Amino acid sequence: MTQNFDIPEIRTPENLVYKKTSVLTDNVLHYCPGCGHGTTHRLIAEVIEEMGIQSEVIGVAPVGCSVMAYNYFDIDMQEAAHGRAPALATAIKRVFPEKFVFTYQGDGDLAAIGTGETIHACNRGENITIIFINNAIYGMTGGQMAPTTLPDMPTSTCPYGRDVKIMGNPLKITELLAMLPGTYYVTRQAVHSPALVRRAKKAIRMAFENQKLDRGVSFIEIVSNCNSGWKLTPVQAIKWLEENMLPFYPLGDLKVNGELVKKSE
Amino acid sequence: MKELRLMKGNEAFAEAAIRAGADAYFGYPITPQSEVMEYLMAEKPYERTGMIVLQSESELGAINMVYGAAACGKRALTSSSSPGISLMQEGISYIAGSELPCLIMNVVRGGPGLGTIQPSQSDYFQATKGGGHGDYRLIVLAPSSVQEMFDFVSLGFELAFKYRNPVMMLSDGVIGQMMEKVELSEQQGRLTNQQIDELYPWATTGKKPGKERRIITSLELDPGRQEKHNLKLQEKYRKIETTEVRYETLHCDDAEYLLVAFGSSARICQKAMDLGRSKGIKIGLMRPITLYPFPYSIIEQLSKQVKGILVVELNAGQMIEDVRLGSHDRIKVEHYGRFGGMIPSPVDVLYAMEKQIIGG
Ligand SMILES: Cc1ncc(C[n+]2csc(CCOP(=O)(O)OP(=O)(O)O)c2C)c(N)n1
Ligand code: SF4
Ligand SMILES: [Mg+2]
Repeated sequence: MTQNFDIPEIRTPENLVYKKTSVLTDNVLHYCPGCGHGTTHRLIAEVIEEMGIQSEVIGVAPVGCSVMAYNYFDIDMQEAAHGRAPALATAIKRVFPEKFVFTYQGDGDLAAIGTGETIHACNRGENITIIFINNAIYGMTGGQMAPTTLPDMPTSTCPYGRDVKIMGNPLKITELLAMLPGTYYVTRQAVHSPALVRRAKKAIRMAFENQKLDRGVSFIEIVSNCNSGWKLTPVQAIKWLEENMLPFYPLGDLKVNGELVKKSE
Repeated sequence: MKELRLMKGNEAFAEAAIRAGADAYFGYPITPQSEVMEYLMAEKPYERTGMIVLQSESELGAINMVYGAAACGKRALTSSSSPGISLMQEGISYIAGSELPCLIMNVVRGGPGLGTIQPSQSDYFQATKGGGHGDYRLIVLAPSSVQEMFDFVSLGFELAFKYRNPVMMLSDGVIGQMMEKVELSEQQGRLTNQQIDELYPWATTGKKPGKERRIITSLELDPGRQEKHNLKLQEKYRKIETTEVRYETLHCDDAEYLLVAFGSSARICQKAMDLGRSKGIKIGLMRPITLYPFPYSIIEQLSKQVKGILVVELNAGQMIEDVRLGSHDRIKVEHYGRFGGMIPSPVDVLYAMEKQIIGG
């Protein structure tokens, strides 16, 4: 016999504490569970919604795991060739100076094949936002060595670890870009804990707000994970990230309001 | 009143871009076309029309800037010469795959490799058969005068937007560098952002409330849908082939022998034809204006009339393959070419005609 309990409706507006931002579509993310791409997508979308600029944003996603970002952001987007997003974004911002323009690039994309486009867009001081997902690996193609792969870190193309004598050193491109006069805001963030997510979101908000000032590039590195490429579970990957990635890629602002942040030691 | 000016081909092209209402030019210096950006920068088009001119870090940068601006529905163009155009092929393939309109000028110089800065027509294959990866075509216009360097800019944009397809002007160091009288057309206005929104429902201009978002991409992983996309492109190319063929014929009505040449070679051939006619040899000239779509049918028609065809190119024999296709091997089709920056004289051409076609 079924009993009829009188259950009160709890899904009321006053009880609503979280909902998906309307700037993300309902498409199911193709990212691996635990991957930082998904979290970062959400933060960008939330910032766009909160700023009320959905109709004024144009995003550029080049090749990498996030190549189909246009399936998830409910905004106008262009898909670029591997590494070329900053060139597209340069042109978009110059023909539409009143719009908000951002690129969303992986480390292989931004710091290897697209180094030229990245450095020169930053050096010209293009008034755009660059979101840089550094997972120290080529996620999309199955976990090959990236320009940001740590010393001794194994990948599918350096299965015995990155031997820096043979394979070269990891490129700290964010530090390099901070030195350029065309960057206005350069920061390194992460999204693997609630506190870090909140901080990263603030940084993304600042990066988009900065476009109103017309002072140059706002650049956000997100030190992220690639569970599949790293061959770790999501939980192991977070631990590995904290123990290995963060000492090499320390979090924090490198440049704020066009001024390099002095390290107090 | 007519506005006449004595200009270099490269300058005429640059002035035409401003007057065609172009929104943005992106480029990287390379001989023999550096005058294009130099002229634009000196003219301050951002003051004349609001047009953007930006020197990029490379041709890769330039073509991808063209991509970004074109995807916004803007009239974007670039120019370069052979080595730079090679570097652009990745971007051109993406632009073709994403079906974006733009104008690309190649002021061809001799290759392969760094080759020479002297004129050549050795990029015919690259321009007309695709160039980059994938099944795609560019509409290719071949100017043979400074006037056409001017006129083909607005024609190029018209075709590019009509078909949402990149258009290439295949010029060369002769046409780019030589000075001729040009009749300039009036300044056309640039489109407003609102006009772009109304005219181009595909352009990424910012998602309008209640409307679908706009996505510019060449990616489609589903084989069925990617095949469909390719079939749609092919359908477009067939339409272009039936409607956009352009060519010029000179003295073809009574011709017994035919010269086929484009661009600067056609200018040399014109003189060779006159020389031949003054000697009583009935030579005609067919000059393809569109290299893609290629004017196969006029070749077919003329090959039923003339006794032989000499294809004259500043290369080792590229367009001749299309001429042979058009002639169905009905008659003798021979190639005469100089390359590496060497340019034949009209006498050389006439001699080749007499030796390879008439006497041979
Ligand atoms: C010209 C070109 N070269 C190589 C590739 C293959 N490719 C696709 S994604 C990728 C690496 C992506 O790595 P990253 O930018 O770090 O992004 P992630 O997938 O890690 O987020 C490569 C090499 C390509 N698509 N185009
Ligand atoms: S392969 Fe790596 S970067 Fe790509 S979705 Fe999976 S975890 Fe993320
Ligand atoms: Mg990566």
